[in-house]
Amino acid sequence: MKISQDIRRKLIQIAAFGFSNSYIGNIPGGRLYKGNWKNFCNPGINCYSCPAARLACPIGAMQAVGGSAKFSMGFYALGFVLALGVVFGRAVCGFICPFGFLQELLHKVPSPKKLIYKPLTYIKYLLLVVFVILLPALVTDNFGLGAPAFCEYICPAGTLEGGIPMLLTHPELRGQLGGLFILKAAILAVTVAGCIVCCRFFCKVMCPLGAIYGLLNKVSLYRVHIDREGCVSCGKCSDMCPMDIDPVAEPDSAECIRCGKCMAACHVKAISVGFSKKQ
Amino acid sequence: MEAKKRTIIAIVLLAFSAGIMTAGIMRGELFIVFTKAVHICLECIGLG
Repeated sequence: MKISQDIRRKLIQIAAFGFSNSYIGNIPGGRLYKGNWKNFCNPGINCYSCPAARLACPIGAMQAVGGSAKFSMGFYALGFVLALGVVFGRAVCGFICPFGFLQELLHKVPSPKKLIYKPLTYIKYLLLVVFVILLPALVTDNFGLGAPAFCEYICPAGTLEGGIPMLLTHPELRGQLGGLFILKAAILAVTVAGCIVCCRFFCKVMCPLGAIYGLLNKVSLYRVHIDREGCVSCGKCSDMCPMDIDPVAEPDSAECIRCGKCMAACHVKAISVGFSKKQ
Repeated sequence: MEAKKRTIIAIVLLAFSAGIMTAGIMRGELFIVFTKAVHICLECIGLG
């Protein structure tokens, strides 16, 4: 039996989500997993303050090191993300990001579906530079410590996966709720509504990790291959694209998550996705 | 971008990534990441 590309991708997404959040038994007690796996970064966005989380969030790790008193930039997490991006590009988003998988589930909620306004997709680069790199390194307290600004002011994954389970299981934390939590809850609400209406709203507009992987799409080894002689310009690939791009015009677009829906939609087999062009 | 040029850039970037990842580990970043990841991050959950 041949498994379709979409089913294969879904199975990989489920496996990656399960591996990233395998300590599900910690949720009722609101405890964090504290074992050695937390030394390693997750390839995708998954809050390390989620009780079920096995791995460290790479964006959180970059900010933690950048905001530490000793260093102003996190080399370990950045190197890990760069290496993955060079090999896979945004296929990481399409196949193994736990928050990407959650967004795809949200998009299945029945509602009118909309395309994203293209200039909004540049916001994620601004968030990467300002909130992930500059603010943790430059805005410091008397001890030289910087706050993880993206986690603190923006990240809806942290609010959903870490904040809500922790507040439900730790009554003593609820007394500290204030304006910051209201801001983050509002961002989470906008993100959830955005994901229902627009596929992968967070990936397209807000994700700093997707911004890094997206830039590396230009050189990644895992890529979209177009047979330009075979293409009949029917436009089915761009109609099917969940990231609202035209794969024939921009096979290396920073938005492409290498999901392979364009390849499945192409009836003349002019598109392939992989490390090498399929003959 | 032609395939050969792309492969060369990818190999150079991979070597650079491996280099800075190793440098990060050697200067003790794993300890900072681990310490942050095993404690409740109040910023992450919206409590500041």
